[in-house]
Order: sequence, then structure tokens, then C-alpha cells
Amino acid sequence: MKKVFIAFRNVSFRYGEEYPWALKNISFEIFSDEWIAIIGHNGSGKSTIAKLINGLLLPQEGEIIVDGMPVNEETIWDIRKSVGMVFQNPDNQFVGTTVRDDVAFGLENRGIAREEMIQRINDSLDAVGMTDYILHEPHRLSGGQKQRVAIASILAISPEVIILDEATAMLDPKGRHEIMNTVNEVKNKHHLALVAITHDLNEITQADRVIVMSEGEVWLESNPRDVFSRKEELQQIGLDIPFIAKLADDLSSIGVPIKNQPLNHEELLIELWKYHSKM
Amino acid sequence: MNNALIIGQYVPSNSFIHRLDPRTKIVIIFFFVIFVFFANSVASYGLLTLFSISSALATKIKLSFIIKGLTPVWILIIFTFILHLIVTKEGEVLFEVFSYPIFSGAVILGAAIALRFFLLILVTSLLTLTTTPIEITDAIEHILQPLNRIKFPVHELALMMSISLRFIPTLMQETEKISKAQASRGVDFKTGPMKDRIQAIVPLLVPLFISAFKRAEELAMAMEARGYQGGDGRTKLRELKIERRDWLTFFGFALVILSLFLTRS
Ligand SMILES: Nc1ncnc2c1ncn2[C@@H]1O[C@H](COP(=O)(O)OP(=O)(O)OP(=O)(O)O)[C@@H](O)[C@H]1O
Ligand SMILES: [Mg+2]
Repeated sequence: MKKVFIAFRNVSFRYGEEYPWALKNISFEIFSDEWIAIIGHNGSGKSTIAKLINGLLLPQEGEIIVDGMPVNEETIWDIRKSVGMVFQNPDNQFVGTTVRDDVAFGLENRGIAREEMIQRINDSLDAVGMTDYILHEPHRLSGGQKQRVAIASILAISPEVIILDEATAMLDPKGRHEIMNTVNEVKNKHHLALVAITHDLNEITQADRVIVMSEGEVWLESNPRDVFSRKEELQQIGLDIPFIAKLADDLSSIGVPIKNQPLNHEELLIELWKYHSKM
Repeated sequence: MNNALIIGQYVPSNSFIHRLDPRTKIVIIFFFVIFVFFANSVASYGLLTLFSISSALATKIKLSFIIKGLTPVWILIIFTFILHLIVTKEGEVLFEVFSYPIFSGAVILGAAIALRFFLLILVTSLLTLTTTPIEITDAIEHILQPLNRIKFPVHELALMMSISLRFIPTLMQETEKISKAQASRGVDFKTGPMKDRIQAIVPLLVPLFISAFKRAEELAMAMEARGYQGGDGRTKLRELKIERRDWLTFFGFALVILSLFLTRS
């Protein structure tokens, strides 16, 4: 049975009296074991949602429930234990003087015994392919490598939900693919919820569900295929349409029937190949 | 970079001294700094010099590298020596320089003070040469632990030091980036009158400060998100262990101090 892990109920938030509302009366639910993508233009409120989930910000209106607990001053420390979050800027979340110390930071905060700490550090660095850099200082790492370390730190604390706030933006396509596969493996193995925040439509294809944000409101909540099929509307709210979706569109406009909205190269190929064999 | 001041620079190696617990090194240096002032005879000075030089040799760092690295300190040492020659008026007149009398007491006292100064700088620089800054931070956290009882924020102090260590290179890189960016906009840091050059620093410092504050804010948030709640209930990855070599070192140092008191006049 599906269990609701995170629930937003009529949540509104602003950064201060004099600021406009960053989130306007939003509601949604995220189930445990689910991969959810949150997508939206710059400033649409994605990072704000992430920070509300683990109580780094508290909403002025509405209610947020995480793991059955309402997020407030008393519960935030318990909630943060089960929420692993990777921020946008990899440099400013690197606390340790070396890669090893940085991955250890979250474990030290949780009072994990030293032997187990070492084990977990090695395993998680191995998972993101950073074992060779274990003694490197942050200034000797590239942005993408720092993002890998940040993800390793989250894997090490084995949370119940992983929030990635554009956490793979600095990785090359191959690296991103590898890391997302690693995260997905961990997610499936431990039945975690995964919240992947992005403004790149290419990254939502693997998600179970997509929340599209626009101007601080939930603009659409649907599956990736449906989101892909609304090209004009997405473009209007400032999102870039992936090449494959555009190509599929152009093809159908010149009379090639594309029935299933393709999400990637392979799916488009299958469509075309079927069409060809019917001719 | 090689000729720059070596104080505060770490030189990696696997020597006996490198492997000592940082607390051992700090405690020994602390007492050395005190006991240097007890030396008052040729033999006692000889003993301390022997101790310092052999410690320096035991680090496996080239002695010439250390001596050269202390160049700015040499100037200071020579200056102290000359100052003593001029002001001290004890003992008999040895010779005259431009009809200014130089006393024997001045030579002895000057040499003693200069040697003392040299030994102090040499031994303290061995600490940073053989110990990483983070090890020193850990050691300070351990040594100051008793102050916790009087509510002195020992853990916070150590954390602050380690975060500074982590961000110094980052901020240096950033300074370089900003100064290049400003130079490409025509800000001139290198030529022109002093007043203009000082003014040119402003467009460097302002963005640097703004970004440092932004970093601090984001870092604090990231630390909270990662479950940081202060020092209570935290475990530590880096641990310090007093081993046999540390006890041996303490024992050896105790012998040196004992001999120091025997050789005093
Ligand atoms: N610390 C802050 N103080 C004041 N306003 C803020 C602050 N952080 C964000 N905002 C505002 O809140 C709104 C939502 O910001 P948020 O960071 O959630 O956007 P985002 O969707 O994550 O954008 P991006 O894709 O650029 O990361 C924006 O209009 C932004 O200007
Ligand atoms: Mg954001």
C-alpha cells in the first residue's frame, strides 16, 4: 500500500513581510518509494519547497507533514534525520577539510560509531566513483566532483527521502546518468522517496510523477509523458522543450503519425520503425 | 614559493615527528618555550641547541630548507644582537667601532638572546612543518576540553578553525577570480600612485565580502540540513591516539629538561 511520506496542505510562504509570496497556497503529496520530479523556471519556488520539507524554512500559512509529523520547531531534528538534501551550490555545502571529512560530517552529527562511519564513507564514495579522491581538499575538486561528494554524503546517512536540488547540474551527461542510476538503485533497494528538482525537462523522464511549478504555484501535477505533450504551454511558462519532443512534434506536423509521446531517443526510434514497417 | 617564510607551512613526510600525536608536539613545544628561559650556561645552551637541531633533523625535512625558510627571522635575530651590542654596558671593553666601545658582556648577552630567539622560532616552526592544520585544530580541541566545564565553547572554536581552514583556499581562488574580472574591466591594481592603488582594492573587497557572507549563510543552512546541532552527542571520525612513540618522546624530553637543570650554572 502506498504511504504518504510528505504532504503540503495549502502552504504559503514568503521570505519576509516586504517580499512577495514565493509559494502561493500549494498542496501536494509525495509517497514513500516514489520518484517525483519538481520542475519550473528560475524563481518558481522549487528550492523554497525543498527547504520547507526539512524545516530550514517554516511556512507562514498551511501545514507540512513529513513522515507523519507536522514540521515545526520540535520535530525538525527528527525530520532532518530522515531527509537527505543536496543543495544547488556544491561549494557551500562542503563542510569538511577533505572529502572523507565532509562525508563524515552528517554521520558525526548522528552519533554513528567510528568503525561504521569508515565503512559507510568507503561504500558511499565508491557508489559515486570518488574513492580515489578521499583525501582531496575541496579546492582541488571540480564542481561536478563536489556534487558527487555531496550525493555520497547523503547516501551515507541512509535517509528515507532524498531531495536533490539541481544536484547534478554540473555533471556531464554521462556522469549525470551514472549518478542518477546509482541514486535510483539505492532508492529501490531501501524503498526511499526521491525528490529531484530541475529545470531541465530531459531529467524528468524517469520520474513516476512530475510537479510543474510556475510563479510559486503548482501549475500541473502529472506523469512525464503528459508533461511532454504540453509543449506550447511549457514554453509559455519558461521551460525549454527537449529536442526529442520538438522532433516528434515536427514529424507529426508533416504527417508522420506519432501516437505515444516519446520520452527519449529509443522511444522515438520505436515509433518511427513501427511506422516504417507499416508503409 | 620556496624562499617564502616557512612558518605555517606543512611539509608532508612520514618521519617519526610527523607521526607523533599533535598533542604531544604542542605540549612539548609549550614546555620548551618555557624552559628555554632557564638556560644560563654554555653547556645548557648547547644542550637545547642539540635537542632542537636533532628534532629538526628527525623531521626528514632538509635543514637547509628550514634555515632558508626562516630568512626574515634571521634579520630580526641579527638586529636583536646588534641592539644588544649597542645598549648593553657590562664587562670590559673588547674593542671600539668608530670610537664606540663594545663590551664583552654585550657580546655574551647578545649571543645568548639571539640563540634563544633562534631556538624558539626553530622549534615552534617544526610544529607547523610536521602537523597539518586540521591535526592542530583537533589537538587544541582536546587540550582545551577541561575549559568546557566553565562553559567555554571549545567545540565551536575548533569547528570555526576547521571551517576557516576549509574556506581559505576557496576565498583565495575567489579573490583571484574577482581581481581578474575587475582587471578586465580596467581596474588597475599594479601601477599608478599608492592612493589610486588602494582605491582599486575597493572593487575587489566589496564583491569578496558579499560573496563570503552569502557563503556563510548557505553553509550554515547546509550544516543544519545535515543534522548539525552543536557538539553534544557527536562522534568523531578523526581520532587522536597517544601511542608508544609519544610516551618515548615525553620520556626523552623529560631527560633533556633534567639535564638542563644539571648543566645550569
Ligand atoms: N533568501 C531569500 N530572500 C528573499 N527572497 C528569496 C530568497 N530566496 C529566494 N527568494 C525568492 O523566492 C522566490 C523563489 O525562489 P527559489 O529559490 O525557490 O526558486 P527556484 O525555483 O529554486 O529557482 P532556481 O531555478 O533559480 O533555483 C524567488 O522569487 C526568489 O527571488
Ligand atoms: Mg533553486
